[in-house]
Amino acid sequence: MAVKYDLNEREVWDGNFAASQSLRQAKVDVVAAYPITPSTPIVENYGSYVANGYVDGEFVMVESEHAAMSACVGASASGGRVSTATSSQGFALMVEVLYQASGMRLPIVLNVVNRALASPLNVRGDHSDMYLGRDSGWIQVDAFNAQEAYDLALCAFKIGENHTVRLPVMVHQDGFITSHTAQNVYPLSDEVAYDFVGDFKPVDDMLDFSRPITYGAQTEEDWHFEHKARQHKALFDSREVIDAVFAEFEKISGRAYKRVESYDMEDAEVAIVALGTTVETARVAASELRSEDGIKAGVVAIRNFRPFPFDKVREALANVKSIAVLDRSSPGGAMGAFFNEVSAAIYSTPNRPLVTNYIYGLGGRDFSIEEAKRIFKEQKENADAGHIMTDIQQFSGLRGPSLGFFKTKRG
Amino acid sequence: MQDLKLLANDKRGKTELGSRRDLVGWHEVTQGSILPSFDGDAIGIALKKAEERVYSNFNSYTATVASWRVQKPVFNIDVCIDCQNCWVWCPDSSILSRDKQMMGIDYDHCKGCQVCSEVCPTNPKSLLMFNEYVQLEDALASWPEKKKKEK
Repeated sequence: MAVKYDLNEREVWDGNFAASQSLRQAKVDVVAAYPITPSTPIVENYGSYVANGYVDGEFVMVESEHAAMSACVGASASGGRVSTATSSQGFALMVEVLYQASGMRLPIVLNVVNRALASPLNVRGDHSDMYLGRDSGWIQVDAFNAQEAYDLALCAFKIGENHTVRLPVMVHQDGFITSHTAQNVYPLSDEVAYDFVGDFKPVDDMLDFSRPITYGAQTEEDWHFEHKARQHKALFDSREVIDAVFAEFEKISGRAYKRVESYDMEDAEVAIVALGTTVETARVAASELRSEDGIKAGVVAIRNFRPFPFDKVREALANVKSIAVLDRSSPGGAMGAFFNEVSAAIYSTPNRPLVTNYIYGLGGRDFSIEEAKRIFKEQKENADAGHIMTDIQQFSGLRGPSLGFFKTKRG
Repeated sequence: MQDLKLLANDKRGKTELGSRRDLVGWHEVTQGSILPSFDGDAIGIALKKAEERVYSNFNSYTATVASWRVQKPVFNIDVCIDCQNCWVWCPDSSILSRDKQMMGIDYDHCKGCQVCSEVCPTNPKSLLMFNEYVQLEDALASWPEKKKKEK
């Protein structure tokens, strides 16, 4: 029986501490980890909760992130509730095993504190690691602040472990900006939190000796396609479960989450579409522009990066004239991946708004309210002109001559 | 020569890979390609002999999975001393042995890795590698003589 951990109604936690508390409250059985900046405190704190008796679990130290996720796969297949955390290079090293975990339908919860990928080496936050996981078959939810990192980690267990879903879940937060900034967080009591998450109900657990099973079977051209199709459908079908879990979470916490969040979008003419802490910056900019310049600006944020909310993005952006999609990852010789996905979604809307792409904030470069306002104003010019006035892809917040690619004369 | 009818009453290696035409669609495959080894309750199954176990159709026991073998081990019963070294070392459980008596090779699962031949201690060896197309009779007829000690 775990020792009681005293909680105040309001705590001052950073995103890492908040995430580690949700692991404690969910009574995670196994955390296998190879700590890496900026996500280190999540697993470090869980280790201290184990050592001090605040949770009945196992902290497994391993020799790499590849081994960390491999141990998580083993523990999850054995029938335990499993979680870990990583960032950046560690995430990159995990990638091979991420595909294994989702293919084996193991509901592991991975807290990803987003950080740039080297080279050049960088510990600050951007979304290149989050993007690296986007085809891995995991559910990906994105927290924009510490409270959300806590809330969504609790929701993640309930979503992934649902027997119709059975998929691993990543909970993302921005390195340092969320993970190391102390903020007010309103935690649930241990009882309410655990009642919400519920007991772990294993499926096909390897410790059931009456039914020995094979995990990680080989399937060639006669079976592989069918298994991947079923996995893909499970991922898309998880949308309903995610909605239901968010609705249930609102009942116990008063905090509402949606797969796509819309702010000031009711009458918006121009919009920024973004992920992570940038959402809060853009919201401030939108609201100030509305009062200062009368620009009808709004923000659409993707809470649920995977499964990509194709339908909800279309709805959210149906009536906008010009949109800036912000990618915080070096696109490597393409338009930003996020831009591509948002563009694809709205291409099939009757309105077909103008869409431009901004690459920003790489390696933790600050994204200011002023810059968000400038981007909104460019969208307003596009909307008034009826076509894109700038390059379709631009770099925002970059020193040196302006850098952009591709022009259009489409009216 | 090993008894080729040894497995006549066994379900071992009954199915050729890719031969089944009744494959289910994506909506019926198992979640996570997780496959049960046996049908029914498997408690105590380790104490049963292979031919007494109810293997699931998903288990490779019932399949022939040795089609890419190019060299095969041949077993010479006249030289074998039943030391069980090959049985211990075989990575594919393809040495057939009962009551510590070496019976032969399971050619439906042997991949031809040559480990059994390498670890065989007899002189001459009781397991030697031959090309896949060589008949067992011909292989046994060409078995080498005992190697004399050199002074």
